[in-house]
Amino acid sequence: MSSIPLAAYLMLALILFCIGLFGALTKRNAVIVLISIELMLNAVNINLVAFAKYSINPGLTGQIFSLFTITVAAAEAAVGLAILIALYRNRQTVNVDEMDTMKR
Amino acid sequence: MLQSSWLIPLFPLLSFILLLILRKSKSESTAWIGVLLTGISLVLSVGVWLAVWQGDFIKVEGTWFQIGERAITMGYEVNPLNALMLVIVSLVSFLVHLYSKGYMHGDERFPVFFAYLGLFSFAMLGLVLSPNLLQLYMFWELVGLGSFLLIGFYYFKPEAKAAAKKAFVMTRIGDVGLFIGMVLLFWQVGSFEYDEIFASVKNGDISSGMLTLTALCIFVGAIGKSGQLPLHTWLPDAMEGPTPVSALIHAATMVAAGVYLVAAMYPLFQASETALTVVAVVGGVTAIFAASIGLMQKDIKRVLAYSTVSQLGYMMLALGASGYVAGIFHLTTHAFFKALLFLAAGSVIHAVHTQNIEEMGGLWKKLRVTGPLFLIGALAISGVPLLSGFFSKDEILASTYADGKYGLFWLAVVAAFMTAFYMFRLFFLVFTGKPRGDQSGVHESPGVMTLPMIVLGVLAVVAGYLNTTWFGTFLSDYLARGPVELPHAEHHGPGWIPIVATAASLLGIALAYLIYRRGALSRDWMTRSLPGLSDVIYNKWYVDEGYDATFVKGTKGLSKLGILFDKYVVDGLVAAVVSGVQGLSKIGSRLQNGQVQSYGTFAIFGIVILLLIVALTGGYFS
Repeated sequence: MSSIPLAAYLMLALILFCIGLFGALTKRNAVIVLISIELMLNAVNINLVAFAKYSINPGLTGQIFSLFTITVAAAEAAVGLAILIALYRNRQTVNVDEMDTMKR
Repeated sequence: MLQSSWLIPLFPLLSFILLLILRKSKSESTAWIGVLLTGISLVLSVGVWLAVWQGDFIKVEGTWFQIGERAITMGYEVNPLNALMLVIVSLVSFLVHLYSKGYMHGDERFPVFFAYLGLFSFAMLGLVLSPNLLQLYMFWELVGLGSFLLIGFYYFKPEAKAAAKKAFVMTRIGDVGLFIGMVLLFWQVGSFEYDEIFASVKNGDISSGMLTLTALCIFVGAIGKSGQLPLHTWLPDAMEGPTPVSALIHAATMVAAGVYLVAAMYPLFQASETALTVVAVVGGVTAIFAASIGLMQKDIKRVLAYSTVSQLGYMMLALGASGYVAGIFHLTTHAFFKALLFLAAGSVIHAVHTQNIEEMGGLWKKLRVTGPLFLIGALAISGVPLLSGFFSKDEILASTYADGKYGLFWLAVVAAFMTAFYMFRLFFLVFTGKPRGDQSGVHESPGVMTLPMIVLGVLAVVAGYLNTTWFGTFLSDYLARGPVELPHAEHHGPGWIPIVATAASLLGIALAYLIYRRGALSRDWMTRSLPGLSDVIYNKWYVDEGYDATFVKGTKGLSKLGILFDKYVVDGLVAAVVSGVQGLSKIGSRLQNGQVQSYGTFAIFGIVILLLIVALTGGYFS
């Protein structure tokens, strides 16, 4: 267990975060964007857990905090999907490119 | 009498205002307003002159405004010199007003012409009365304006328009010189007053180099106004104006203002030997130069114009050769006989409707009054004994000789010969021989035109007796009472000078007689024997062409360079700034595309850059 260094966790979290970021910024389908955001959140969770275990004074705070995050993320996903469906009903599309009402 | 001398310029001004109000009037009796009001001016001027003759002078001044401790004043002054000028100006102005009543008959803008004449007379009289340089300068410019308006009176003629502009620009070059001289004097003396300037010149408060410089700057102003070399080219062109204007402005008064200026500032010039020499040389060279051009001109008025330039050169020569009295004397006599010649020429033009002397001829029998009067004027200007021009010219020659300027003396004698020749060439071509053009409708001018000519004719004969060695030197005694200390009271050269002068003028007349009356010499013998020189003279020494090639072309070239600079450098800079801002804003607006994802991308890039900076600098820019 302890043979896996902190850097490995952090690297995993970094890669996961970057994949999520890339997906969130480049994918045109709104559903995939939402999924990518979940990926980024989970990368953060890995970080929290890893630091909870390997920090100078280890404890449970990080793990509990990640539980909160998962909960909030679930709620956020629900709200996001709801918004997405409302948007789809309005605009007949889930394409992010076409959602540029900020400019209009 | 003297207290009311400030009224003299105001009557012509009143005439100007009244006639401007009446400018739409078709009635030609509006001319009487101008005639009457300048007549009042004339009467007052003569009164003032008589008072001055008895030894009364006046100088009244009030503070106009204050600059620091220096008070700029305004007022009027009457001394012998300007009292004489007052009489000359108001007399010629009055006669020209009267003459114009006939000459301008049937002109559409009849009252406007008289209004301009009034404006000019006002300015000229004001100029003469000025007790300080600043006031003189203001009237000096006003006189230029009057001249401009009157030369360009026939503004629908492109030549007249061009001539008016040329006169304005050329005299302006001189005016800049006068202005610089004036400012230098104010800097040195702290006052524009003649009296104070003369006082500090006398006390030696001004260094001699500065004295010469200021005198020369002021002389540049005189060169411009009096049509001296090299700024003379505007004066012959100014003949595009109506002939009475040429008589008033470009023969008797305004062009004499330059001579008057030098005379009025004479103590300044006296203090600098160099300045006096320059004045004399410019005058002498102008005299012979313009006379030579006059030999070959074909336009009656242009011959007279070059003659005016030449005679003004004579006056300058006299002033430069310490012949103060001689210069003023010639100014006076010249005003009378040249105004007479111009008015007579106007009468001829009025009769035959052409200015080309080649198309005239044989007018003596038809113009019974004009002819003899023109002859009197021609005799007077040629310096035939007993007429006015003889005395004044003789005095100029004598003072030049007495001053030791022998080269200029002989130049002036040759110029006198040329003067006699071209005047009688003109006389014989116009009045004798067979008519060379259609002269069916030719008749003598009406009385309003001949009367002023007769008055001037009488004056052209008798004005010379103001100052003769035979009857008394009234004029020099009179001028000696003025503020100017006369250089030498007696400067009569050797007794042979009048004989030489008379011989020169009679020789000129005789030559003209032989060529143009008797035909003993072929008319083109000079052209044939000296083809190169006569070409140069016929083309007025190519001065206009020279100016065209240098200054006009130069200015045009410069302005073209300026246009290029404006087009490529200034406009280029503006265009660069514009396109830079536009490009920036295009980039900026491309950022604002409404796409959440691109906003996110930019935000990420921003954070990455910030993090990079933090990483490279080691955090918090320490």
